[in-house]
Amino acid sequence: MNPLAAIGRAFLAFLAATGRIGLFTVSAVSHCVRPPIYPRLIGRQLIEIGYYSLPVVGLTTLFSGMVLALQSYTGFARFSAEGAVATVVVLSMTRELGPVLAGLMVAGRIGASMAAEIGTMRVTEQIDALTTLSTNPFKYLVVPRILAGLISLPILVLVGDIVGVFGGYLVGVNKLGFNAGNYLSNTWEFLEAIDVISGLVKAAVFGFLISLMGCYHGYNSGGGAQGVGLATTNAVVSASILILVSNYAITEMFFAR
Amino acid sequence: MADESPKIRIRDLHKSFGENHVLRGLDLDVAVSESVVVIGGSGTGKSVLLKCILGLMEPDQGSIEIDGTEVVAMPRAEREQLMHKFGMLFQGGALFDSLKVWENVAFGLIQAEGMERDQAREIAFAKLAQVGLGEDVAALLPAELSGGMQKRVSLARAIATEPEIIFFDEPTTGLDPIMADVINDLIVKCVRELGATTLSITHDMASTRKISDRVAMLYEGRIIWAGETDGIDTSGNDHVDQFIHGRADGPIKMAVRRS
Repeated sequence: MNPLAAIGRAFLAFLAATGRIGLFTVSAVSHCVRPPIYPRLIGRQLIEIGYYSLPVVGLTTLFSGMVLALQSYTGFARFSAEGAVATVVVLSMTRELGPVLAGLMVAGRIGASMAAEIGTMRVTEQIDALTTLSTNPFKYLVVPRILAGLISLPILVLVGDIVGVFGGYLVGVNKLGFNAGNYLSNTWEFLEAIDVISGLVKAAVFGFLISLMGCYHGYNSGGGAQGVGLATTNAVVSASILILVSNYAITEMFFAR
Repeated sequence: MADESPKIRIRDLHKSFGENHVLRGLDLDVAVSESVVVIGGSGTGKSVLLKCILGLMEPDQGSIEIDGTEVVAMPRAEREQLMHKFGMLFQGGALFDSLKVWENVAFGLIQAEGMERDQAREIAFAKLAQVGLGEDVAALLPAELSGGMQKRVSLARAIATEPEIIFFDEPTTGLDPIMADVINDLIVKCVRELGATTLSITHDMASTRKISDRVAMLYEGRIIWAGETDGIDTSGNDHVDQFIHGRADGPIKMAVRRS
């Protein structure tokens, strides 16, 4: 087997997949801004993505904030800079850990579920049935999920930021012996609006990517149960990778000097 | 066949998947209010034919006319309007498993025709009654129903919007012979009441004899025989004879790959 041919085939397959995802994205976005829109379905997805993800995002950010306080305290103690713990916790949570951790957790929970649900609908001909009932599957299945992802992730991240900072506060005050008032004032002192806004922009992008990947892989699923399983895996993996890549790009956009 | 132009007119239809040429110049007419069944072995392209007519697949070549209007490569908006004429019973039912039974039946009325939910629910109950299901079933989810009941619900959904043309994809597959006969009777009854044109695909000969006015045999991508259902036993076509008697020996060599 010619190794160059194998590399070429893989590269062509990658380009074809990128093209398919690009076309799917254009179609999804164009349907998002054209009626009919189904508010009832968007509401259902907001509950599914936003409300039911609160526990997992809350727990993840709570413990991350707690660990961050502990780790930064032990690290900064070497330079007698323990006073920076509160600032490090709040900046890390709002800029990075809040959106990325919430994004990855939601990608695992929601991306998989979207791909499995839509994939099952594909293999059981429910998507074809939608078409025969004069209903555009893109508008009925894809648009509500993408809009709900776009709206609910920033709200989840805002909650996650607050819970994460609270976790740092709990450890700082109860375990590390910080004065509660000083800890809170240190938290607010160096926090700027851009820190929170950049995190929320990231969250909106991550929400879009998670829903897009879940819908894309589910919509193009095939081959029965194995195909749906593969779609689920691909949805989570691709969303997670895109979250990490876009996280860097957005950070560069906001904070690169 | 009647003098008027056919409800469905298919000419020289081709569809390939890579090297697999599934449809190779298929011609078929279905007259107004006529019930035609396309028979043929597994993998001969029966489902592909239906999907091409429904616009779920784009044929490579050929013409499909509905009421004299060409529908191949029809713009999406026009296609969505055309879909109002169609009803479809899928092989596996294809009921929406997140919706209750009555919501499945009323789906086309609410989503496509913009009917109020209360009014659509009343119609759904009436359609369910038409296929022998009571209001107690209406609030269940599809997963709570037996295969036969799912087929009935699917039939109720297919006729709910009172379409002009109904497609049946293997309507009796997976059912026991008695339930299959019940479904066949319901199909005949519902179609007569609506006065609809139907195109079905199946390899169930009992079903074919019961629901069709005319039969067309699909083999190697073409219709190799078509005629009145009553004449199928005296078709004089070896392929048809082998198929209707279910003999392994004969001119038909079964495809082993799915089209």
